[in-house]
Amino acid sequence: MDFTLSEERRMLAETAERFLRDRYSIDVRHANADRDEGYDPKLWREMADLGLVGALLPPEAGGLGGEGEDIALVFEQVGRALVVEPFLASAILGATPLLKAGSDAQKATLEQVADGSLTLALAHGEPGGRYSLSHVATMATESEDGWRLNGAKAVVLNGDSAGCLVVSARVSGDVASEDGIGLFLIEGGAPGVSRRAYGTVEGGQAAEVTLDNVLAEPIGTPGEAFPVLEETIARGCLALAAEAVGIMEVSKDITLDYLKTRTQFGRPIGKFQVIQHRMVDLVLEIEQARSAVMLASGYLDGAREEREKLVSAAKNLAGRVGRLVAEETIQLHGGIAMTWEYSLPHYAKRLIMIDHLLGDSDHHLARFQRFSAQEAA
Amino acid sequence: MELNYSPEEEAFRQEVRQWLADKLPKGLSDKVRGHKRLTKEDYELWHSLLRERGWLCWHWPKEHGGAAFSPVEKHIFEEEMIAAGAPRIVPFGPNMLGPVLIEFGSEEHKKHYLPKIISGEHRWCQGYSEPGAGSDLASVKTSAVRDGDHYIVNGQKTWTTLGHHADHIFCLARTDPNAAKPQEGISFLLIDMATPGVEVRPIYTLDGEHEVNEVWLTDVKVPVENLVGEENKGWTYAKFLLTYERTGIAGVAYSKQALAHLKRIAAREQQDGRPLAEDPMFAAKMAEVEIDLLAMDMFNLRVVSAAGQGKAPGPESSLLKIKGTIVRQEITDLMRRAVGPYAMPFVPEAFDEGYNEEPIGPEDAMPLARQYFNMRKLSIYGGSNEIQRNIVAKAMLGL
Repeated sequence: MDFTLSEERRMLAETAERFLRDRYSIDVRHANADRDEGYDPKLWREMADLGLVGALLPPEAGGLGGEGEDIALVFEQVGRALVVEPFLASAILGATPLLKAGSDAQKATLEQVADGSLTLALAHGEPGGRYSLSHVATMATESEDGWRLNGAKAVVLNGDSAGCLVVSARVSGDVASEDGIGLFLIEGGAPGVSRRAYGTVEGGQAAEVTLDNVLAEPIGTPGEAFPVLEETIARGCLALAAEAVGIMEVSKDITLDYLKTRTQFGRPIGKFQVIQHRMVDLVLEIEQARSAVMLASGYLDGAREEREKLVSAAKNLAGRVGRLVAEETIQLHGGIAMTWEYSLPHYAKRLIMIDHLLGDSDHHLARFQRFSAQEAA
Repeated sequence: MELNYSPEEEAFRQEVRQWLADKLPKGLSDKVRGHKRLTKEDYELWHSLLRERGWLCWHWPKEHGGAAFSPVEKHIFEEEMIAAGAPRIVPFGPNMLGPVLIEFGSEEHKKHYLPKIISGEHRWCQGYSEPGAGSDLASVKTSAVRDGDHYIVNGQKTWTTLGHHADHIFCLARTDPNAAKPQEGISFLLIDMATPGVEVRPIYTLDGEHEVNEVWLTDVKVPVENLVGEENKGWTYAKFLLTYERTGIAGVAYSKQALAHLKRIAAREQQDGRPLAEDPMFAAKMAEVEIDLLAMDMFNLRVVSAAGQGKAPGPESSLLKIKGTIVRQEITDLMRRAVGPYAMPFVPEAFDEGYNEEPIGPEDAMPLARQYFNMRKLSIYGGSNEIQRNIVAKAMLGL
């Protein structure tokens, strides 16, 4: 057993940390979030040039890593700096289906994803689908000139700015069936695609996407995409849980600083035991969340049941601890944390919104319980 | 990062497991698993088996007859012992006093006491807490006044676990009542309980059990050579001992076993014609604690592994103590609830050897409420969880 990072990964973490520290202040972050694209495409290319995007993809897709540990490492840094560039949307959620099920030609496009010249987005969720993995009402029908998609997709992360969309659509079966789901690749600006873009509460960007008879290219065999989808979401959940841990660490540091400098009743508020104990409980739970992320990252490429169970454990804990950290760090600060100008609340907002992505803590608790019971049986 | 055990570590696990399969008497593991009372003879039998294998004093270096396990080996050893239903090792000699004497004792102490801890000739207990010194341990009042070649010791110790099985007690006593700080002026004394003036009185805990005691010390004559280290420096040795007390205090292995037991009970207990394990409310509570335990296990291994690389377990062990005890308590709470009304019968004699009556309700239900109440101690002893938070706030967060 050995918890030390390999030399390559240590360097990757240092590279990311240094770049983000030097170039990605909270002001830069806010400015990037305010752009039409929801991020800074030029900076995104620079991040890709440094290998931060490629670290999320395996060598056969033009990347340098792509294992659970790489994802955990990069996304912890993404969280620490509150990065709005499309690491999750493009390099994880968009790229994984192509990686796992794509044709050679489709896989070849991943090199452009790794170098930052092409961004992807996953259009899977639908209005009324909540977090259900198998809820797909969008229809895919085969016609003479190929597959045609019709339907509506909800809260597609970076969906408006993405060059290409990976879309889930039903080939057969009823709306909640795991069988009969297909994944398809379309260009973002293809005829019949309309995208309504909007900002999200914490500074991200998403879109409602409507598909009206859109000509689409299948990824893998249409109707058999559920396992690919599941693996894609698993990688996304690990990424989000790791991002949450990065955010928690920074939130903790900011709060600790504040407790040592803010004076009330003639002494720093960190001298009050009631505050100390609450802070210790935060630190403890952050270690728990980090441990769960490490565990999930170690088994991401293992057997399905193990992977799903541990990923759900990590995402559940990220949600529970995320809420605790968000609420407690605001409370421990007091009024200042209610202002837009201060950095902390932006971290808190992202922590809470992470629990609204790819399944909240209740969803993953139920999922964990299901996989854990299967294991016992 | 490598989350799996190395082949050497796996081989060690196999060795321990095989030894337990060969040597641990079934009668003993049945008692442990059934939460029956263990007698002094049970503990002694278990110690003698460990002694034969050289595993009784696993913290100690080889030259003193110890097993010198690495931190990861200690972890594996504990996991396997608990999984096999082995009794715990009574820790006061092997795990607490032993390391203190090896670090701070005189050559005479080492020569005289260490072999007798291993052989079982001396059975130690711990004289730390007093009625007025619980979490505030440094406020000990028991006095030791020098009189020629002896100290005359007067005072009262409490919460003395298995004091009624012991023949020796290590005590914190005040040798300088005028010291500037309460931590100064305390000495660490070794006392033979056969000395006149030592009296052990039982304390019955809220579950009706007798495990802890009061120890009254009245004009007890203790030879000066029974002082460990220097006079008035006892606090240093006391704290050193406490770090040993805290290792393994997360109790992850206990929790894992308890959770497996809980799942078995919940799969059997019926609610509205279905297993309780399928009740969404109960299932959610079980899943949440299972996730906490999974993370806790990994957190514990991170700390264990860091210790293996020579990094001293610092305030992280306090974090482990807090979370580990919360998780253990949570599981005992769910077990009590799982059996519903059958948590209620109180039949203390059912936990004695040779009880042959028909159990009331499911056989495994009877100890559960008792366990739940007993386990409230986890967050109080070994430095209460509030004291652990104070330690972390100061040592880790700089508050």
